[in-house]
Amino acid sequence: MAIPVIYNLRSVRQRPVSTLFTALGMGLVVLVFIAMMALSRGFRSALVATGSRENVIVVRSGADSELISGLGRETAQTITGMPFVARTPDGRPLASPEVYVLVSLERLGGGDALVTARGINPEAFQVRKNVRIIAGRMFNPGAPEILVGENIVGRFAGTEVGGVISFANRDWTVVGHFAAGGSAFESEIWGENEQFMPAFRGEVFQSLTFRMRDSGAFQSIRQTLEDDPRLPVDAHREYDFYANQSYLLTRILSFAATFIAGIMAIGAIFGAVNTMYAAVSARAPEIAVLLTLGFRPLGVLGSFLFEAALIALLGGLLGCLFSLPLNGIVTSTTNWQSMSEVAFAFRVTPELLLRGIGFALVMGLVGGFFPAVKAARQPVVQAARQGTIA
Amino acid sequence: MALLEIRNLSKVYQRDSQMITVFEGIDLDIEAGEFLVLMGPSGSGKTTLLNLVAGLDKPTAGTISVGAAEVTEMSPRQLAAWRSRHVGFIFQLYNLLPVLTAYQNVELPLLLTHLSKSERREHVMTVLEVVGLSDRADHYPRQLSGGEEQRVAIARAVVSDPTVILADEPTGDLDAKSADEVLTLMQRLNGEFNKTILLVTHDQRAAERGHAVMHLDKGVLTG
Repeated sequence: MAIPVIYNLRSVRQRPVSTLFTALGMGLVVLVFIAMMALSRGFRSALVATGSRENVIVVRSGADSELISGLGRETAQTITGMPFVARTPDGRPLASPEVYVLVSLERLGGGDALVTARGINPEAFQVRKNVRIIAGRMFNPGAPEILVGENIVGRFAGTEVGGVISFANRDWTVVGHFAAGGSAFESEIWGENEQFMPAFRGEVFQSLTFRMRDSGAFQSIRQTLEDDPRLPVDAHREYDFYANQSYLLTRILSFAATFIAGIMAIGAIFGAVNTMYAAVSARAPEIAVLLTLGFRPLGVLGSFLFEAALIALLGGLLGCLFSLPLNGIVTSTTNWQSMSEVAFAFRVTPELLLRGIGFALVMGLVGGFFPAVKAARQPVVQAARQGTIA
Repeated sequence: MALLEIRNLSKVYQRDSQMITVFEGIDLDIEAGEFLVLMGPSGSGKTTLLNLVAGLDKPTAGTISVGAAEVTEMSPRQLAAWRSRHVGFIFQLYNLLPVLTAYQNVELPLLLTHLSKSERREHVMTVLEVVGLSDRADHYPRQLSGGEEQRVAIARAVVSDPTVILADEPTGDLDAKSADEVLTLMQRLNGEFNKTILLVTHDQRAAERGHAVMHLDKGVLTG
C-alpha cells in the first residue's frame, strides 16, 4: 500500500501560506488560459451557430467569403427554381438571394467599425430558423427601413428602434431588433435586398441561401450546381461555410492562449519547484522514517508528486473560479475573413474548466518532479540523524 | 546458529581524499530472544553498525545475516521489503510523523502488509495497549510528552512483529523518569514477548537492562 494520502493532505495544510501562493500563481495562469480559450470558443461558437446544416449557401465560384462573391439575378432565379429547393406551403422557394456589404458605423464609445449590412428577402426568416424579431416589427417592402441585430444595439449610434442610421448616401430607419441564437447574424444589419441592391453594388447579389428539400442530399445538390455550365458557383453547406470563416481567428486565439499561458506556466512551475524543494528539505527526517519503515523510494516519489498535484489542483480550481465571471461577457472583434465586426460572448464551458484543471495538474507534476526525485533519492542515514520532526 | 550474525564487517568512509575507518573486521552474534546493549563513546560507530544491520547503509566489507536473510547481498528494493517485515527501528528523536495521530503513526508499517483495515486496527490497538497509550490513539505527537512519543515510536517498531528490534539511543532525549519507563517497556518486550533487541546507547542505566553489554571503541568491539 502507498504512503497514506492523509499524510500529504495534512502536510499541505501545515504550510498554508506557501501552498496558497503557489496555488494562486497557478490559478492566474489557468485564468489566462481559460479566458483566451473562452474567447476563441465564443468566437467560433458565434460563427458556427450562424449556419444551418439544412441550408446551402451558394457563392461565386472561387469565393471563400460573401464579400468577394457576386451572383447575377438570373443565376439566383435559376437556382431557386430547381427541385431540391424546399418550398413554403404556398409554393414559394425557401430561398433568400442576399446582398452583402460592409458599412462604416460610428461606435458609441468613439471610432468607427465596419458592420455587415445584409439585404434579404422576406423568406430569409423562414430559411433561418434561429432568427426572430425581438423588438419593433419587420421592415416594409419598398421602404428605407432596416432591422438591427441585438449585439449591435447599444454599441453603435442610432441603433435603437426609431433611430436613423446613414449609409450608402441614404438614411435608414431602424424599425426592429432581431435575435439569431447567439450567431454572427446578431452583429448584422438586415434590410430588404431590393432596397440594398441599387444603393450599393448594382444588379448583383453576393450569395443565395436556400433550404434543402432533403438535407441528406447535399452532395448531389452540390454536384448538380457546380456541374451546371450556366452556373459559375460554389455550393457549401451553410454550417460549414460560416464555421470555416472562424478558422483563422480561432486558430490564432488558441495558439496565443497556449503560447502566453505556456510562458506564464514556466513562472508558475518555478514557484511549485521552490515550494516542493522547501517541503522536501523540511521533511527530510520524515522521508527517512518512511524509507526506514520499508516504504520504497518509488512510493516516496509518488507521495510527493501527489502532494504537488494537490497544490496544483487547488490552483486549477482557483483559476476556474476566477474565470467563471467571464462567462457570457460580450466583446467584439473584426472577423479577418469577412472583415466585419462580430460581437460574441466569452464561453467558459465545462470542458474548458476541465482543461484548465488539467493544465494546472501538468504544471504541478512538472514542478514537483525534481523535488520528488530528490526526496526519493535521499540518503536515509544522514536524514534520520538530522533532527527531531515531532 | 545465531539469529543475527556479523562477520568480518568493515566500514570505511571517504571524505575528500581521506579514508576514515569506522571499524574493521568486526564479528558479532546475537541469539534469538537476546537483549544486547552496545555501548561506546560518541562517534565510535555504534549507529553506523545499527544502520548496516538494518540495511540502511552498505558495509565496505563483511557480511550480515539475520535469520535466513543475507542483508549485505540484497538489492535496495529487496532491503525495503525485508525491513518492513523483519526490522523494528527506534530512533533517539522518536521521528514520529507530526501530521499523523499516534494511531496513524503506529499503523504505517502495517500499510506495507496485506492486512485488512480491521486487522490493522486490532494490531495497532493491541500494541498501543502494551505501551500503555491506548487512550492516546487520537493524539498528535505535539500533544504527547517526550516519553509518550518514544512509547508510540516503540509501538510503531513492534506492530508488525519484526524479527529484530534496533534501538538507537532511545533514551538519549528523555528525562530520567521517561527513560526508565521506556527501558522497562523494552525489557518487557524482550521478556514477555521474546523480542530480540540490539540497543545502542552511552547511557549506563540503559546498559543495565540488557542481557549482555558490548563496547565499541576506536573500531574495536569488546565483550
